[in-house]
Amino acid sequence: MNDTEKTYRFEDQRDTIYKVNPEHPETATLPLQRTEELLLNMGPQHPSTHGVLKVILELEGERLVKSTPVLGFLHRGVEKLAEDGTYHQFIPHTDRLDYVCAMYNNFAYCRAVEKLMNITVPERAEYLRTIVAEVQRIIGHQFWLGTQALDIGAMTVFFYTFRDREILLDWFDELCGARLTTSWYRIGGVERDLTPSLISKLRAFLDYFPSKIDEYQVFLEKNRIWVARTKGVAVISAEDALSFGLSGPTLRGSGVDYDMRKHNGGYAAYPHCDFNVPVGKNGDTYDRYWIRVMELYESVKIIKQCLDQMQDGPIMADVPSVTLPPKDRVFTNLDSMIQQFKLFSQGFDAPPGEIYCGTEAHKGELGFYIVSTGGGKPYRMKIRSPSFIHMGAFDHMSRGYMIADAVTIFGTYDIVMGECDR
Amino acid sequence: MHALAERIKREFPDGFVDAVEWRGDLAVTVRPSAVHAVAMFLRHDPEIDCDYMVHVSSVDWPDDEERFEVVWEVASIRKRHRIRLKTRVSEAECQVDSLTDVWYGANFMEREVYDMMGIRFRNHPDLRRILMPDDYTEGYPLRKDFPLQGKGWRDTFEFLNEKV
Repeated sequence: MNDTEKTYRFEDQRDTIYKVNPEHPETATLPLQRTEELLLNMGPQHPSTHGVLKVILELEGERLVKSTPVLGFLHRGVEKLAEDGTYHQFIPHTDRLDYVCAMYNNFAYCRAVEKLMNITVPERAEYLRTIVAEVQRIIGHQFWLGTQALDIGAMTVFFYTFRDREILLDWFDELCGARLTTSWYRIGGVERDLTPSLISKLRAFLDYFPSKIDEYQVFLEKNRIWVARTKGVAVISAEDALSFGLSGPTLRGSGVDYDMRKHNGGYAAYPHCDFNVPVGKNGDTYDRYWIRVMELYESVKIIKQCLDQMQDGPIMADVPSVTLPPKDRVFTNLDSMIQQFKLFSQGFDAPPGEIYCGTEAHKGELGFYIVSTGGGKPYRMKIRSPSFIHMGAFDHMSRGYMIADAVTIFGTYDIVMGECDR
Repeated sequence: MHALAERIKREFPDGFVDAVEWRGDLAVTVRPSAVHAVAMFLRHDPEIDCDYMVHVSSVDWPDDEERFEVVWEVASIRKRHRIRLKTRVSEAECQVDSLTDVWYGANFMEREVYDMMGIRFRNHPDLRRILMPDDYTEGYPLRKDFPLQGKGWRDTFEFLNEKV
């Protein structure tokens, strides 16, 4: 391209935008304001979208007029895979749904299959499940707190939450040999018991942790920018939140007291524990933050009570046709080995029927809808993942806010794409 | 029969098909033509008051004449109950009323059902694929006739496809 061509193109362009009359250039007034909406693609490679999420934002100036989430970049067909495996084989797949909080997915899935098979879990196993689930909730909320603040620009708290999260991940490592993809829950119980070393480490953490939660709060609540960017942002009314099917802290932030741990008698060892369910008032991002921080304190309380109340006993239900034999017997006893092999390769015979079982994960209600026609494999398994359903409300919650608030809204859902896209 | 099912049967004698209670879950099957009216009733009746959308799902029964089963599960936070509303449609008439105007959350969840099972929702504001790509033309993945294994280069290896 030569010089004259360049000049020509520049003038041509300026002509269309600024409406300059070439014969009387001195009459050119202020540039005309363009009034059409601007389309902006955010993601799928944006660091604040927590994975591979794309949102098409329609902007008027800096205000969001409409936003269209484009999902499915991490779709792996987990529901289809479930139809091809036995019930026991699906447990490791659930780890990969919400890969930040694998334990809670295992828990929700095992509870659903136990409801299908009508199995009662022994009491010690219920306590162990509750303890580990609450540890996972602490990890989830720490992860959320750090990344959400990081998205908004408050970087410090990220290092503090991740430092404390590391202690619990090492604890998981000692418990089951994995930090993230844990697969520790089993249908009818848990894989192994807590050792004295694990219990003493957990108690030490519980003594250490509450002062750290205070510290996180100081970092954020004294940060005027962070407070200005969360208070009154992404407000949703209680009625709309329910209609959208929001759950967990996202729903409780709007003032709806709905927690499956207490609702309809609760599950696992929660009915034996004394804890509060924090409920917000305004339905904005700040209230949802406050609920999660308060839940950290409540989780500490629950774990302490469980550790105190827990009695010795079996950790696996005694239903040999469904539950796995103890691992040490598998290696020494032929019958147990055959049983283990048959349960994994052929599965157990589930009764025909359909159930839905929801569990209060730290993001919201994680549910499994299982249709069985008998035999060892589920006929259909639907996963009700809170992240996917929360994304349905994204357009509603983002309208009228600034483009920078879109990042806050992803953060406030605690979105994980592995669970959203399945 | 469960009191809620009794109530629905009384209000909609023509639309009601049957009600099953199993493991504490109540499932009410209605005719496709009655879905929207029953949903409005569940949402607005002060005694039932189902304000919370739990999930929308679908099941494929390829051997039946009415092949697809669409499932909406709704709950009431105040009254503390849950109802599973189901309907059956045939493959030729693969269309049901959308409940997006009753519960907002049905928008995304019904889009997923359309994407995965190919069931169309009448009056849905934005019925597009959601998890699969927009231009995906190879069918609906959660139908039972969709292959579990891929159909690409793997099939060219004979040893992978040997029937045992």
